[in-house]
Amino acid sequence: MTFKYLEAESRNSFEHRLEPPSGPTTRRSYASPLPSIRARHRFYPVTSGPISHIPLAGIFAVTFTTPPITRKRKAAEAIADEALPKAAHGSRKSTSASDPRSHQSESTTTIEPTERESPVSSRSKKRLSATPTTASMDSDDEFMSDVSSQDDFLGTQGSDDESLGEDFDDLDAGFSDDKDLIKHKKKPYEVEFKVLDPPDIDHEQLGQVNEVCAILGLPPESVAILLRFGRWNKEKLIESYMEHPEETLEEAGLGSNFEGTAKTERVPGFMCDICCEDGDDLETYAMRCGHRYCVDCYRHYLGQKIKEEGEAGRIQCPGDGCNRIVDSKSLDLLVTKELQGRYRELLTRTYVDDKENLKWCPAPNCQYAIDCGVKNRDLRRIVPTVRCFCKHEFCFGCSLSDHQPAPCTLVKMWLQKCEDDSETANWISANTKECTKCNSTIEKNGGCNHMTCRKCKYEFCWMCMGLWSEHGTSWYNCNRYEEKSGADARTAQAKSRSSLERYLHYYNRYANHEQSAKLDKDLYLKTEKKMTSLQSQSGLSWIEVQFLDTASQALQQCRQTLKWTYAFAFYLARNNLTEIFEDNQKDLEMAVESLSEMFEKPVAELAGLKVDILDKTAYCNKRRVILLSDTAENLKNGEWSFNIEW
Amino acid sequence: MGSIKRISKELTELTESPPEGITVELADESNVYEWKITMEGPEGSPYHNGKFLVKLSLPTEYPFKPPTVSFATKIYHPNVTNDEKGSMCLGMLRADEWKPSSKIAAVLQFARQLLSEPMPDDAVEGRIAEQYKNDRVRYEEVAREWTRKHAC
Repeated sequence: MTFKYLEAESRNSFEHRLEPPSGPTTRRSYASPLPSIRARHRFYPVTSGPISHIPLAGIFAVTFTTPPITRKRKAAEAIADEALPKAAHGSRKSTSASDPRSHQSESTTTIEPTERESPVSSRSKKRLSATPTTASMDSDDEFMSDVSSQDDFLGTQGSDDESLGEDFDDLDAGFSDDKDLIKHKKKPYEVEFKVLDPPDIDHEQLGQVNEVCAILGLPPESVAILLRFGRWNKEKLIESYMEHPEETLEEAGLGSNFEGTAKTERVPGFMCDICCEDGDDLETYAMRCGHRYCVDCYRHYLGQKIKEEGEAGRIQCPGDGCNRIVDSKSLDLLVTKELQGRYRELLTRTYVDDKENLKWCPAPNCQYAIDCGVKNRDLRRIVPTVRCFCKHEFCFGCSLSDHQPAPCTLVKMWLQKCEDDSETANWISANTKECTKCNSTIEKNGGCNHMTCRKCKYEFCWMCMGLWSEHGTSWYNCNRYEEKSGADARTAQAKSRSSLERYLHYYNRYANHEQSAKLDKDLYLKTEKKMTSLQSQSGLSWIEVQFLDTASQALQQCRQTLKWTYAFAFYLARNNLTEIFEDNQKDLEMAVESLSEMFEKPVAELAGLKVDILDKTAYCNKRRVILLSDTAENLKNGEWSFNIEW
Repeated sequence: MGSIKRISKELTELTESPPEGITVELADESNVYEWKITMEGPEGSPYHNGKFLVKLSLPTEYPFKPPTVSFATKIYHPNVTNDEKGSMCLGMLRADEWKPSSKIAAVLQFARQLLSEPMPDDAVEGRIAEQYKNDRVRYEEVAREWTRKHAC
């Protein structure tokens, strides 16, 4: 038995399309010396990166020594172990050189327990590339450079890899499978990120301030102002400071005078310029710029800036025309603890806003920020979907909620189009025609078929769309169906109509999934009740009725994805890839609809349907993974062709 | 806060030594927050010889919040709204630019300066700004006429 055989087998059987590509990927992780395998949402090229530098043979040797529990899989690996002569690797390498895609079959050669779920037969090599693990071997990926470091995701997740691979065959496969998918394997559509809570962010800021302090030898509160001024771009800031120290300090709102400590003083003969109070016992304060005001006024000023205007990093000296920034030391000296807290909060907020790799979770009242290395320029090729600790899933690129598989730009275009079009499009389609000359949309407002376009004054017949002058004066009824001008006009008309219809096709499906997701969500809110009543009716334990919760979450997620597949498809040009995409879309849609149907069954029937629901849930999740992986993969490689420029 | 003290001080200073072309009084003697200002059109501007009534309102948080300035006399100017409000948009009166140590005298001088040198890039009347930039002669004509009609 040779590797070749395995490869051929994997290509001929389509099962692996449904396979959660657990086996090899995980095993590779075990083989990896990196501690990073504990992270949940790693972006795949990173792990594959360092590993891919190990000679292929090495990988495989280790790869197949720690098989997961599944018996079938063990069998598969036994085959694989036999099939590892070095010569075979050599030949495989050469294939991969000629076709980078051939890698993917390596990582998908496990035999899948869910064979029965694959109705589709092998189609093409292209189709094979839809497997989730395809890219796990591509090492030299540009995304790699975007991921800051391996350490970044250390400790952010505490999931245990050990549990992986268990339970694939038993009844709970539905969710253990699902969870494992999310936790342990990097799919082409997953990006690496970590969630930060406010203390983490503070810590990060402090770290950078200290670092720059050590280099520039300035007090930390001044360095903080400098860094905020430079939008936390350390290198650029240091460079600019080294070249023009005084100008940089001045522009940042700092003087070059760093003498003296922040303290309030009583100055004989002083009159506050703000409140015009005077008196020798008036407590006063001035920053290093020397603009001195009474402490009450200073305090009031700072309070108003922080509380009412939400300002923190750019609060200037109260002096007219003075651009000196109030530093944190002065602030701490003057305002209450509460305001200091608010001040820090605001600083943290601007810090996150300033950093390209940080974004706040947009969920209401969520306090976490996400750290993700995907840059704006990458957004054409990736849809960086992240999941906050608060469970909100959103796009790191545009902060809208999860819109995979459609890229941000298309999403924006689509939403804009929907805003412009959706409400009126239906009505337009039903009640209007377009002027054949200027394409303005015309509503017929009288009985007469002699239409005059208000915009371009073109006169035509409403019935045949032909030029009115060709009708002659004596004919009121249109008998001119065969005339050329009419036929041309009708063709143009049909074109514009069909583009509208095309839009409506996608829009209706998009809107339908949105609506259904809402309804499913309502149902989800009732799920708990359902679960309770199922417990009492069927005698199942709490843990045994969890499948409903899992199913409902899967429904939500799949509908969200489906919804966006329609927006995405609207912009896709027709080709083979698009057909594969539509097949995947159809498979997912069918699965979702049938799960949705089961889910709505009366509580009494639910206990009996448990196995089916579990199966279907798992299947839905798999179909979603397949669809997303396929799309992400093609997006990354720039293989989609679109019917618009973007 | 000592806002009354500060306001009285500024008022005294302004009435005792008013800036050129500006006279200041309270709209109502019992209310220090509403000021009535008469501004003479500066020489060399199309507003010359006109007397413009300007209202200045101080918020209760003054001087921590900026005053507002509006023209009670109709004026043809890119930076004054051409409506019954006659609001004037001054950069230094924006909440984030205002400093508690800024003075009303400075505001008034700035406003009068604006009559001589409109700032078409910060205009509230886009059409007038356009004209000011492209057809200065016509702008001055209209401004002069409005001054004659409303401010003399």
